[in-house]
Amino acid sequence: MNEVKPTSPWKPSAKDKLRELVTFFGSMVASFTLVAVTELKGKLAYFVSFVFIYAAISAIYSFRRYGKATAKDSAVKVFIACGALLTIIPIASILQTIISKGYKGIRPNLFLSDMSMATPTDPLTNGGLLHAIVGTIIMIGGALILSVPIGILTALYLTEIKGRFTQPIRFLVQAMSGVPSIVAGLFILSAVVYPITKSSSGFMGSLALSILMIPTVARTSEEVLGLIPQDLREAGTALGGTQWRTVAMIVLPAAKSGLMTAVILGIARIAGETAPLLLLTGGGDRLNFNPFDDPMGSLPFYIWKSFLAGSEEAVTRAWAGLLVLVVVILILFVSARILSTRKVAR
Amino acid sequence: MSSLSDVANAKVQRAVSPRAQGTGLEARGIHAWFGKHHALADVSLDFAPGTVTALIGPSGCGKSTFIRTLNRMHEFIPSAAMAGEVLLDGKDVYAPGVDVTKIRLQIGMVFQKPNPFPSMTIGENVLSGLKLAQLKVENKDDLLEECLERAGLWKEVKDRLGAHGGSLSGGQQQRLCIARSLAVKPQVLLMDEPCSALDPGSTLRIEETIRQLSETMTIVIVTHNMQQAARVSDYTAFFLSDNGPGEMIEVAPTAEIFSRPKDKRTEDYVTGRFG
Repeated sequence: MNEVKPTSPWKPSAKDKLRELVTFFGSMVASFTLVAVTELKGKLAYFVSFVFIYAAISAIYSFRRYGKATAKDSAVKVFIACGALLTIIPIASILQTIISKGYKGIRPNLFLSDMSMATPTDPLTNGGLLHAIVGTIIMIGGALILSVPIGILTALYLTEIKGRFTQPIRFLVQAMSGVPSIVAGLFILSAVVYPITKSSSGFMGSLALSILMIPTVARTSEEVLGLIPQDLREAGTALGGTQWRTVAMIVLPAAKSGLMTAVILGIARIAGETAPLLLLTGGGDRLNFNPFDDPMGSLPFYIWKSFLAGSEEAVTRAWAGLLVLVVVILILFVSARILSTRKVAR
Repeated sequence: MSSLSDVANAKVQRAVSPRAQGTGLEARGIHAWFGKHHALADVSLDFAPGTVTALIGPSGCGKSTFIRTLNRMHEFIPSAAMAGEVLLDGKDVYAPGVDVTKIRLQIGMVFQKPNPFPSMTIGENVLSGLKLAQLKVENKDDLLEECLERAGLWKEVKDRLGAHGGSLSGGQQQRLCIARSLAVKPQVLLMDEPCSALDPGSTLRIEETIRQLSETMTIVIVTHNMQQAARVSDYTAFFLSDNGPGEMIEVAPTAEIFSRPKDKRTEDYVTGRFG
């Protein structure tokens, strides 16, 4: 019997790949020539002419070789690939800007000291943003503690209890998710700070952030819980579970990773919020671990203040702060993901 | 049609099993509505302890609605309403002040689609009822083995009790769900087309399981498969909806329903003339 070699006829052969490469670079050369000989100018002209030339060449080749359907397919493929590239460019560009401008300010003392003994014009070896990192983490933590239970319980009311107030609450949650952050800040300012506490603190910031976070957590959780099959709830009930035990033992565990996504989206909503913190936290330059007393710094506040100060050192600090903020958010996201996907040890 | 009645006759007709608990389940004058839609009218049916009763009839005739009124799962649907009495050991399960979770503990249910809890392992699935209902048992491992054994699944899963329930095949998942409902020791087990999503091999295993279980408990099974009704049940009830609410046309020992039904419509259905 002949030896049979495993092949993958549905994948492009080496020859196909080579032709693909030739078409790619051929289109590049063609677009350069086009820009050189015509009135078209600028980077955008290169990109646009390249996209159309590349799509046209691929389509013509496929049409002559395989026919109309394949021609359409390859032209659309080119457009989609370029569209994907186009959407990545802004993200990549933002990250690139932050990293290239921010890395200069990253020094060990940035993570070890605060700005209480430094002025905006001090060299970068003086002062740091420890107070801002700590403040941001404490405020996000506070907002998490307040919003996650309230948000998930709201979602449970909407999906499990379905009481008389389901419609109005759903409407309120949707309306609240569009509240501008400055409004949340002003609300806490007028409802809590002026009449009651009469002073700024990190906790006031957490309260305002919660107002922004709760609707996000509640809406996403509601959608996730809605995906859990009704079957499972009935099965739990049919085994003699009360509604609460069925929800706690079956529905919530089944929705765990989706709920974690809801929490992550909630963090994403508030992590970079600046406006309410400007109003409520006082934005001190001193390291402060107590969210209930004295001003508390935060990364967005620090960035805003440093840019306002305007000196070269301060602007570099601001960019470094931005880089740190991005990294802190990234760490929060990744750890939330890891927590949610970890298998139950058994 | 002789084959079906042969199958039904071949079973040894048993008297009420002495090992079954309680005095059985009685439904008296059950009506059911979904909003304005009258789905089921005036069904009265007794289920003696230790018997298997099959409910047959075309789709939409109210069989599933009927068994869902028996363990109060009917009220899960927001617009649902009902009338009539369901007596378990002589006590109305719909009486005010009755703890509905206790009722569902005594009247277990197996659903049409296998639905093991996705966040739990095989072992946890079987014992989940204990946690849900906050029951205490002395030896969980014994109970686990007993339930899986009775559901005919022990040999297949005893080495991977820590695997996820979803990793089993459809037939095994359904037997896992049966084991799960046995763990809380119900008197009555309601089965809503338990084999409709399964292959013939798994179906046969589950039918054997049903026969064994019926020695100690009362079983009500909804099925579209008349062969199955003939094979597993002691009594068969025929349901029909004739452009109105579903009604029970006839109930009799299974052999009689398939050999000499009293009602013309029953005969038409069991001989395959419609439905």
